Amino acid sequence: MRNAALRLSDVACMRGGRMLFRHVTLDLQAGGSALLTGPNGVGKSSLLRICAGLLPAFAGRVDMRGGIALTDERLALDSERPLLKALGFWARLDGVDDGTLERALDAMALLPLAEVPVRMLSTGQRKRAMMARVIASDAAIWLLDEPGNGLDDASLDLLGAAISCHLAMGGITLAASHQPLPIADHARIDLRAYAAEAEDA
Amino acid sequence: MRIMWLLARRDLGQAWRSAGLWLPVAFLLLVASLYPFAVGPDAPLLRRTGGGMLWIAALLASLLPVDRLVTPDRDSGVLDQIALRGIGEEMIVLARLIAHWLGFGPPLMIATLPAAALLKLDAETIILLEAGLLIGTPALAALGLLVATLTAGLRSSGALAGLLALPLAVPLLIFGAGTLSDGSGAAFKFLGAASLLLVAVTPFAGGAAIRAGRE
Repeated sequence: MRNAALRLSDVACMRGGRMLFRHVTLDLQAGGSALLTGPNGVGKSSLLRICAGLLPAFAGRVDMRGGIALTDERLALDSERPLLKALGFWARLDGVDDGTLERALDAMALLPLAEVPVRMLSTGQRKRAMMARVIASDAAIWLLDEPGNGLDDASLDLLGAAISCHLAMGGITLAASHQPLPIADHARIDLRAYAAEAEDA
Repeated sequence: MRIMWLLARRDLGQAWRSAGLWLPVAFLLLVASLYPFAVGPDAPLLRRTGGGMLWIAALLASLLPVDRLVTPDRDSGVLDQIALRGIGEEMIVLARLIAHWLGFGPPLMIATLPAAALLKLDAETIILLEAGLLIGTPALAALGLLVATLTAGLRSSGALAGLLALPLAVPLLIFGAGTLSDGSGAAFKFLGAASLLLVAVTPFAGGAAIRAGRE
Protein backbone atom coordinates (compact mmCIF):
# COMPACT_ATOMS: atom_id res chain seq x y z
CA MET A 1 0.00 0.00 0.00
CA ARG A 2 3.05 2.21 0.48
CA ASN A 3 3.46 3.19 -3.16
CA ALA A 4 -0.20 3.70 -3.98
CA ALA A 5 -1.00 6.56 -6.33
CA LEU A 6 -4.01 7.98 -8.14
CA ARG A 7 -3.40 10.52 -10.86
CA LEU A 8 -6.00 12.19 -13.07
CA SER A 9 -4.72 14.32 -15.90
CA ASP A 10 -7.08 16.55 -17.84
CA VAL A 11 -10.03 14.21 -17.41
CA ALA A 12 -13.32 15.10 -19.08
CA CYS A 13 -16.66 13.35 -18.78
CA MET A 14 -19.46 13.21 -21.31
CA ARG A 15 -22.79 11.72 -20.25
CA GLY A 16 -25.81 11.52 -22.51
CA GLY A 17 -24.32 13.95 -25.03
CA ARG A 18 -23.63 16.55 -22.34
CA MET A 19 -20.18 17.53 -21.18
CA LEU A 20 -20.29 17.35 -17.37
CA PHE A 21 -16.77 18.51 -16.53
CA ARG A 22 -13.37 18.78 -18.15
CA HIS A 23 -9.74 19.49 -17.33
CA VAL A 24 -9.97 17.76 -13.95
CA THR A 25 -6.45 17.17 -12.72
CA LEU A 26 -5.60 15.51 -9.46
CA ASP A 27 -2.53 13.87 -8.01
CA LEU A 28 -2.88 11.79 -4.86
CA GLN A 29 0.11 9.95 -3.40
CA ALA A 30 0.18 7.45 -0.54
CA GLY A 31 -1.65 8.90 2.46
CA GLY A 32 -3.39 11.54 0.35
CA SER A 33 -7.10 12.27 0.40
CA ALA A 34 -9.42 14.53 -1.54
CA LEU A 35 -13.04 15.55 -1.10
CA LEU A 36 -15.21 16.15 -4.16
CA THR A 37 -17.94 18.72 -3.65
CA GLY A 38 -20.48 20.40 -5.85
CA PRO A 39 -24.26 20.45 -6.41
CA ASN A 40 -26.29 17.43 -7.59
CA GLY A 41 -25.63 16.37 -11.15
CA VAL A 42 -22.26 18.06 -11.42
CA GLY A 43 -20.64 14.68 -12.01
CA LYS A 44 -19.18 13.61 -8.66
CA SER A 45 -20.35 10.02 -8.97
CA SER A 46 -19.31 9.91 -12.62
CA LEU A 47 -15.81 11.03 -11.69
CA LEU A 48 -15.59 8.27 -9.09
CA ARG A 49 -16.81 5.72 -11.63
CA ILE A 50 -14.21 6.96 -14.12
CA CYS A 51 -11.52 6.47 -11.47
CA ALA A 52 -12.88 2.98 -10.82
CA GLY A 53 -12.66 2.15 -14.51
CA LEU A 54 -16.41 1.56 -14.79
CA LEU A 55 -16.91 4.54 -17.11
CA PRO A 56 -14.54 5.54 -19.88
CA ALA A 57 -13.13 9.05 -19.59
CA PHE A 58 -14.16 11.19 -22.57
CA ALA A 59 -10.69 12.72 -22.59
CA GLY A 60 -7.63 12.64 -20.40
CA ARG A 61 -5.84 9.89 -18.51
CA VAL A 62 -6.37 8.04 -15.25
CA ASP A 63 -3.28 6.37 -13.82
CA MET A 64 -3.28 4.41 -10.62
CA ARG A 65 -1.21 2.05 -8.56
CA GLY A 66 -2.98 -0.19 -6.11
CA GLY A 67 -6.30 -1.96 -5.80
CA ILE A 68 -9.60 -0.13 -5.83
CA ALA A 69 -12.59 -0.27 -3.51
CA LEU A 70 -15.77 1.65 -4.27
CA THR A 71 -18.94 2.38 -2.36
CA ASP A 72 -21.85 3.92 -4.19
CA GLU A 73 -25.58 4.09 -3.57
CA ARG A 74 -26.01 0.40 -4.40
CA LEU A 75 -25.55 -2.20 -1.70
CA ALA A 76 -24.35 -5.16 -3.82
CA LEU A 77 -25.02 -7.62 -0.98
CA ASP A 78 -27.31 -10.64 -1.26
CA SER A 79 -30.37 -9.47 0.61
CA GLU A 80 -31.53 -12.87 1.88
CA ARG A 81 -28.22 -13.86 3.43
CA PRO A 82 -26.86 -12.93 6.87
CA LEU A 83 -24.55 -9.93 6.80
CA LEU A 84 -21.41 -11.91 7.63
CA LYS A 85 -22.07 -14.45 4.87
CA ALA A 86 -22.93 -11.76 2.31
CA LEU A 87 -19.72 -9.86 3.09
CA GLY A 88 -17.83 -13.15 3.24
CA PHE A 89 -18.41 -13.69 -0.49
CA TRP A 90 -16.58 -10.45 -1.26
CA ALA A 91 -13.86 -11.20 1.28
CA ARG A 92 -13.17 -14.54 -0.42
CA LEU A 93 -13.19 -12.85 -3.82
CA ASP A 94 -10.64 -10.36 -2.47
CA GLY A 95 -8.64 -13.23 -1.02
CA VAL A 96 -8.66 -11.89 2.56
CA ASP A 97 -9.15 -14.12 5.58
CA ASP A 98 -12.04 -14.17 8.05
CA GLY A 99 -10.06 -12.28 10.68
CA THR A 100 -9.69 -9.28 8.37
CA LEU A 101 -13.40 -9.31 7.68
CA GLU A 102 -14.26 -9.48 11.36
CA ARG A 103 -11.93 -6.60 12.14
CA ALA A 104 -13.64 -4.60 9.39
CA LEU A 105 -17.08 -5.42 10.83
CA ASP A 106 -15.82 -4.40 14.25
CA ALA A 107 -14.46 -1.11 12.87
CA MET A 108 -17.98 -0.26 11.68
CA ALA A 109 -19.60 -1.63 14.89
CA LEU A 110 -21.45 -4.30 12.89
CA LEU A 111 -20.39 -7.42 14.80
CA PRO A 112 -23.72 -7.61 16.73
CA LEU A 113 -25.52 -7.61 13.36
CA ALA A 114 -23.38 -10.32 11.74
CA GLU A 115 -26.20 -12.89 11.70
CA VAL A 116 -28.97 -10.48 10.67
CA PRO A 117 -30.21 -10.86 7.06
CA VAL A 118 -29.10 -7.96 4.90
CA ARG A 119 -32.66 -7.00 3.96
CA MET A 120 -33.44 -6.23 7.63
CA LEU A 121 -30.70 -3.59 7.93
CA SER A 122 -31.53 0.10 8.18
CA THR A 123 -30.17 2.75 5.80
CA GLY A 124 -27.30 3.67 8.05
CA GLN A 125 -26.44 0.07 8.77
CA ARG A 126 -26.36 -0.67 5.04
CA LYS A 127 -23.99 2.24 4.52
CA ARG A 128 -21.78 0.86 7.27
CA ALA A 129 -21.91 -2.62 5.73
CA MET A 130 -20.64 -1.16 2.43
CA MET A 131 -17.84 0.58 4.34
CA ALA A 132 -16.98 -2.71 6.03
CA ARG A 133 -16.57 -4.30 2.59
CA VAL A 134 -14.25 -1.45 1.59
CA ILE A 135 -12.21 -1.79 4.78
CA ALA A 136 -11.96 -5.57 4.45
CA SER A 137 -11.00 -5.41 0.77
CA ASP A 138 -7.41 -4.45 1.56
CA ALA A 139 -7.48 -2.11 -1.46
CA ALA A 140 -5.15 0.88 -1.46
CA ILE A 141 -7.48 3.33 -3.20
CA TRP A 142 -10.85 4.01 -1.61
CA LEU A 143 -13.47 5.70 -3.76
CA LEU A 144 -16.35 6.72 -1.50
CA ASP A 145 -19.59 8.13 -2.88
CA GLU A 146 -21.48 9.94 -0.12
CA PRO A 147 -20.06 7.70 2.61
CA GLY A 148 -21.65 9.80 5.36
CA ASN A 149 -25.22 9.70 4.07
CA GLY A 150 -27.65 8.37 6.63
CA LEU A 151 -25.00 7.87 9.32
CA ASP A 152 -25.56 9.05 12.88
CA ASP A 153 -22.85 10.96 14.79
CA ALA A 154 -21.32 7.85 16.34
CA SER A 155 -21.12 6.12 12.94
CA LEU A 156 -19.62 9.24 11.36
CA ASP A 157 -16.86 9.08 13.96
CA LEU A 158 -16.27 5.41 13.08
CA LEU A 159 -16.10 6.37 9.40
CA GLY A 160 -13.60 9.14 10.18
CA ALA A 161 -11.49 6.77 12.26
CA ALA A 162 -11.50 4.13 9.51
CA ILE A 163 -10.43 6.67 6.88
CA SER A 164 -7.71 8.12 9.11
CA CYS A 165 -6.37 4.63 9.79
CA HIS A 166 -6.39 3.86 6.05
CA LEU A 167 -4.52 7.08 5.24
CA ALA A 168 -2.00 6.46 8.03
CA MET A 169 -1.25 3.07 6.47
CA GLY A 170 -0.46 4.76 3.16
CA GLY A 171 -3.84 4.41 1.46
CA ILE A 172 -5.61 6.93 -0.71
CA THR A 173 -9.16 8.22 -0.29
CA LEU A 174 -11.23 10.07 -2.83
CA ALA A 175 -14.67 10.89 -1.44
CA ALA A 176 -17.67 12.71 -2.83
CA SER A 177 -19.84 14.25 -0.15
CA HIS A 178 -22.25 17.06 0.60
CA GLN A 179 -21.60 17.01 4.29
CA PRO A 180 -18.21 17.67 5.85
CA LEU A 181 -16.40 14.41 6.54
CA PRO A 182 -14.27 13.94 9.63
CA ILE A 183 -10.98 13.64 7.75
CA ALA A 184 -7.97 15.76 8.63
CA ASP A 185 -6.32 17.97 5.98
CA HIS A 186 -7.76 16.72 2.71
CA ALA A 187 -7.60 18.43 -0.65
CA ARG A 188 -10.96 19.90 -1.63
CA ILE A 189 -12.12 19.84 -5.23
CA ASP A 190 -15.22 21.80 -6.18
CA LEU A 191 -16.37 20.23 -9.45
CA ARG A 192 -18.37 23.37 -10.29
CA ALA A 193 -15.08 25.01 -11.23
CA TYR A 194 -14.60 22.36 -13.93
CA ALA A 195 -18.15 22.38 -15.29
CA ALA A 196 -18.18 22.82 -19.05
CA GLU A 197 -21.01 25.40 -19.06
CA ALA A 198 -19.27 27.62 -16.53
CA GLU A 199 -16.28 28.01 -18.82
CA ASP A 200 -18.34 28.72 -21.89
CA ALA A 201 -20.31 31.48 -20.15
CA MET B 1 -10.18 -20.88 -11.52
CA ARG B 2 -10.76 -20.19 -7.82
CA ILE B 3 -12.61 -17.01 -8.77
CA MET B 4 -14.71 -18.86 -11.31
CA TRP B 5 -15.69 -21.37 -8.65
CA LEU B 6 -16.55 -18.60 -6.14
CA LEU B 7 -18.71 -16.77 -8.67
CA ALA B 8 -20.47 -19.90 -9.90
CA ARG B 9 -21.14 -21.11 -6.37
CA ARG B 10 -22.68 -17.79 -5.39
CA ASP B 11 -24.86 -17.73 -8.52
CA LEU B 12 -26.08 -21.24 -7.84
CA GLY B 13 -26.76 -20.34 -4.22
CA GLN B 14 -28.72 -17.28 -5.26
CA ALA B 15 -30.80 -19.34 -7.68
CA TRP B 16 -31.50 -21.87 -4.94
CA ARG B 17 -32.48 -19.19 -2.40
CA SER B 18 -34.77 -17.39 -4.83
CA ALA B 19 -36.49 -20.76 -5.50
CA GLY B 20 -35.93 -20.11 -9.19
CA LEU B 21 -34.69 -23.64 -9.77
CA TRP B 22 -38.18 -25.14 -9.41
CA LEU B 23 -39.85 -22.95 -11.99
CA PRO B 24 -38.65 -24.70 -15.21
CA VAL B 25 -39.18 -28.13 -13.63
CA ALA B 26 -42.73 -27.29 -12.55
CA PHE B 27 -43.44 -25.81 -15.98
CA LEU B 28 -42.27 -28.93 -17.82
CA LEU B 29 -44.33 -31.23 -15.60
CA LEU B 30 -47.37 -28.99 -15.95
CA VAL B 31 -47.16 -29.01 -19.75
CA ALA B 32 -46.70 -32.77 -19.78
CA SER B 33 -49.78 -33.27 -17.61
CA LEU B 34 -51.92 -30.80 -19.58
CA TYR B 35 -51.03 -32.15 -23.03
CA PRO B 36 -53.01 -35.42 -22.72
CA PHE B 37 -56.05 -33.37 -21.67
CA ALA B 38 -55.75 -31.32 -24.84
CA VAL B 39 -55.19 -34.10 -27.41
CA GLY B 40 -56.99 -36.92 -25.62
CA PRO B 41 -55.66 -40.04 -23.89
CA ASP B 42 -54.81 -41.81 -27.14
CA ALA B 43 -51.56 -43.62 -26.28
CA PRO B 44 -50.13 -44.04 -29.84
CA LEU B 45 -50.76 -40.35 -30.60
CA LEU B 46 -49.15 -39.27 -27.33
CA ARG B 47 -46.20 -41.54 -27.96
CA ARG B 48 -45.69 -40.14 -31.46
CA THR B 49 -45.96 -36.44 -30.53
CA GLY B 50 -44.95 -36.41 -26.85
CA GLY B 51 -41.17 -36.17 -27.42
CA GLY B 52 -41.48 -33.08 -29.60
CA MET B 53 -43.91 -31.58 -27.11
CA LEU B 54 -41.33 -32.01 -24.35
CA TRP B 55 -38.72 -30.25 -26.48
CA ILE B 56 -41.07 -27.27 -26.86
CA ALA B 57 -41.71 -27.32 -23.12
CA ALA B 58 -37.95 -27.40 -22.39
CA LEU B 59 -37.38 -24.49 -24.74
CA LEU B 60 -40.12 -22.38 -23.16
CA ALA B 61 -38.98 -23.40 -19.67
CA SER B 62 -35.55 -21.98 -20.45
CA LEU B 63 -37.12 -18.53 -20.85
CA LEU B 64 -38.67 -18.53 -17.38
CA PRO B 65 -35.55 -17.70 -15.33
CA VAL B 66 -34.31 -15.03 -17.77
CA ASP B 67 -35.38 -12.03 -15.71
CA ARG B 68 -33.51 -13.13 -12.60
CA LEU B 69 -30.24 -14.09 -14.32
CA VAL B 70 -28.62 -10.69 -14.76
CA THR B 71 -30.94 -7.79 -13.95
CA PRO B 72 -31.00 -8.11 -10.12
CA ASP B 73 -27.20 -8.22 -9.87
CA ARG B 74 -26.84 -5.40 -12.34
CA ASP B 75 -29.27 -3.19 -10.41
CA SER B 76 -27.79 -3.96 -7.01
CA GLY B 77 -24.26 -3.16 -8.21
CA VAL B 78 -22.89 -6.69 -7.83
CA LEU B 79 -21.62 -6.78 -11.43
CA ASP B 80 -19.81 -3.46 -10.96
CA GLN B 81 -18.24 -4.60 -7.70
CA ILE B 82 -16.97 -7.79 -9.36
CA ALA B 83 -15.57 -5.81 -12.31
CA LEU B 84 -13.79 -3.45 -9.87
CA ARG B 85 -11.75 -6.40 -8.69
CA GLY B 86 -10.25 -6.76 -12.14
CA ILE B 87 -12.43 -9.73 -13.11
CA GLY B 88 -13.47 -9.59 -16.76
CA GLU B 89 -17.12 -9.56 -17.74
CA GLU B 90 -16.51 -12.64 -19.89
CA MET B 91 -15.47 -14.52 -16.77
CA ILE B 92 -18.60 -13.32 -14.93
CA VAL B 93 -20.84 -14.54 -17.74
CA LEU B 94 -18.98 -17.85 -18.10
CA ALA B 95 -19.28 -18.56 -14.36
CA ARG B 96 -22.94 -17.62 -14.55
CA LEU B 97 -23.45 -19.91 -17.54
CA ILE B 98 -21.98 -22.85 -15.64
CA ALA B 99 -24.11 -22.10 -12.58
CA HIS B 100 -27.22 -21.56 -14.68
CA TRP B 101 -26.78 -24.83 -16.56
CA LEU B 102 -26.17 -26.76 -13.34
CA GLY B 103 -29.38 -25.35 -11.92
CA PHE B 104 -31.36 -25.79 -15.13
CA GLY B 105 -30.12 -28.74 -17.20
CA PRO B 106 -29.94 -31.68 -14.75
CA PRO B 107 -33.23 -30.83 -12.95
CA LEU B 108 -34.97 -30.56 -16.33
CA MET B 109 -33.55 -33.91 -17.41
CA ILE B 110 -34.77 -35.52 -14.21
CA ALA B 111 -38.20 -33.94 -14.59
CA THR B 112 -38.34 -35.35 -18.11
CA LEU B 113 -38.63 -38.89 -16.70
CA PRO B 114 -42.04 -38.45 -15.01
CA ALA B 115 -43.11 -36.20 -17.88
CA ALA B 116 -42.25 -38.99 -20.35
CA ALA B 117 -44.29 -41.42 -18.27
CA LEU B 118 -47.28 -39.08 -18.44
CA LEU B 119 -46.94 -39.01 -22.24
CA LYS B 120 -46.52 -42.81 -22.45
CA LEU B 121 -43.17 -42.55 -24.24
CA ASP B 122 -41.28 -45.80 -24.81
CA ALA B 123 -37.82 -46.49 -23.40
CA GLU B 124 -35.99 -45.86 -26.66
CA THR B 125 -37.57 -42.42 -27.07
CA ILE B 126 -36.78 -41.53 -23.48
CA ILE B 127 -33.10 -42.38 -23.97
CA LEU B 128 -32.96 -40.29 -27.16
CA LEU B 129 -34.77 -37.46 -25.39
CA GLU B 130 -32.39 -37.47 -22.43
CA ALA B 131 -29.31 -37.62 -24.68
CA GLY B 132 -30.68 -34.75 -26.76
CA LEU B 133 -31.39 -32.71 -23.64
CA LEU B 134 -27.88 -33.38 -22.32
CA ILE B 135 -26.49 -31.82 -25.49
CA GLY B 136 -29.23 -29.21 -25.92
CA THR B 137 -29.71 -27.80 -22.41
CA PRO B 138 -26.29 -26.06 -22.33
CA ALA B 139 -27.41 -24.26 -25.49
CA LEU B 140 -30.78 -23.37 -23.97
CA ALA B 141 -29.03 -22.12 -20.82
CA ALA B 142 -26.55 -20.09 -22.89
CA LEU B 143 -29.32 -18.60 -25.00
CA GLY B 144 -31.33 -17.60 -21.93
CA LEU B 145 -28.27 -16.02 -20.35
CA LEU B 146 -27.28 -14.22 -23.54
CA VAL B 147 -30.75 -12.74 -23.91
CA ALA B 148 -30.74 -11.82 -20.20
CA THR B 149 -27.51 -9.82 -20.60
CA LEU B 150 -28.83 -8.11 -23.71
CA THR B 151 -32.14 -7.06 -22.15
CA ALA B 152 -30.84 -6.27 -18.64
CA GLY B 153 -31.98 -2.84 -17.56
CA LEU B 154 -34.66 -2.50 -20.21
CA ARG B 155 -38.30 -2.12 -19.32
CA SER B 156 -40.53 -5.17 -19.93
CA SER B 157 -37.36 -7.12 -20.55
CA GLY B 158 -39.18 -10.42 -20.00
CA ALA B 159 -41.39 -10.06 -23.07
CA LEU B 160 -38.48 -8.76 -25.13
CA ALA B 161 -36.34 -11.69 -24.02
CA GLY B 162 -38.90 -14.11 -25.42
CA LEU B 163 -39.02 -12.31 -28.75
CA LEU B 164 -35.23 -12.31 -28.98
CA ALA B 165 -34.64 -15.87 -27.87
CA LEU B 166 -37.32 -17.81 -29.74
CA PRO B 167 -36.03 -17.23 -33.31
CA LEU B 168 -32.51 -18.12 -32.17
CA ALA B 169 -33.85 -21.27 -30.54
CA VAL B 170 -35.44 -22.59 -33.75
CA PRO B 171 -32.34 -24.59 -34.82
CA LEU B 172 -32.16 -26.17 -31.37
CA LEU B 173 -35.80 -27.18 -31.61
CA ILE B 174 -35.46 -28.59 -35.14
CA PHE B 175 -32.33 -30.62 -34.40
CA GLY B 176 -33.41 -31.51 -30.86
CA ALA B 177 -36.80 -32.85 -31.88
CA GLY B 178 -35.14 -34.28 -34.99
CA THR B 179 -32.97 -36.58 -32.87
CA LEU B 180 -36.13 -38.47 -31.84
CA SER B 181 -36.98 -39.69 -35.34
CA ASP B 182 -33.64 -39.56 -37.10
CA GLY B 183 -31.74 -42.84 -37.17
CA SER B 184 -28.54 -41.58 -38.78
CA GLY B 185 -27.30 -39.45 -35.88
CA ALA B 186 -26.96 -36.37 -38.07
CA ALA B 187 -29.45 -34.44 -35.95
CA PHE B 188 -27.34 -35.11 -32.86
CA LYS B 189 -24.29 -33.69 -34.62
CA PHE B 190 -26.14 -30.58 -35.72
CA LEU B 191 -27.57 -30.16 -32.22
CA GLY B 192 -24.07 -30.49 -30.80
CA ALA B 193 -22.74 -27.91 -33.26
CA ALA B 194 -25.50 -25.42 -32.44
CA SER B 195 -24.90 -26.02 -28.74
CA LEU B 196 -21.14 -25.50 -28.99
CA LEU B 197 -21.63 -22.31 -30.96
CA LEU B 198 -24.04 -20.80 -28.44
CA VAL B 199 -21.94 -21.82 -25.45
CA ALA B 200 -18.80 -20.38 -27.05
CA VAL B 201 -20.38 -17.10 -28.13
CA THR B 202 -22.32 -16.33 -24.96
CA PRO B 203 -19.45 -15.30 -22.62
CA PHE B 204 -18.08 -12.83 -25.16
CA ALA B 205 -21.36 -11.42 -26.40
CA GLY B 206 -22.77 -11.32 -22.87
CA GLY B 207 -19.64 -9.66 -21.50
CA ALA B 208 -19.78 -7.01 -24.20
CA ALA B 209 -23.48 -6.45 -23.46
CA ILE B 210 -22.80 -5.92 -19.75
CA ARG B 211 -20.00 -3.44 -20.54
CA ALA B 212 -22.18 -1.56 -23.01
CA GLY B 213 -24.99 -1.45 -20.45
CA ARG B 214 -22.88 0.57 -18.02
CA GLU B 215 -23.16 3.80 -19.97
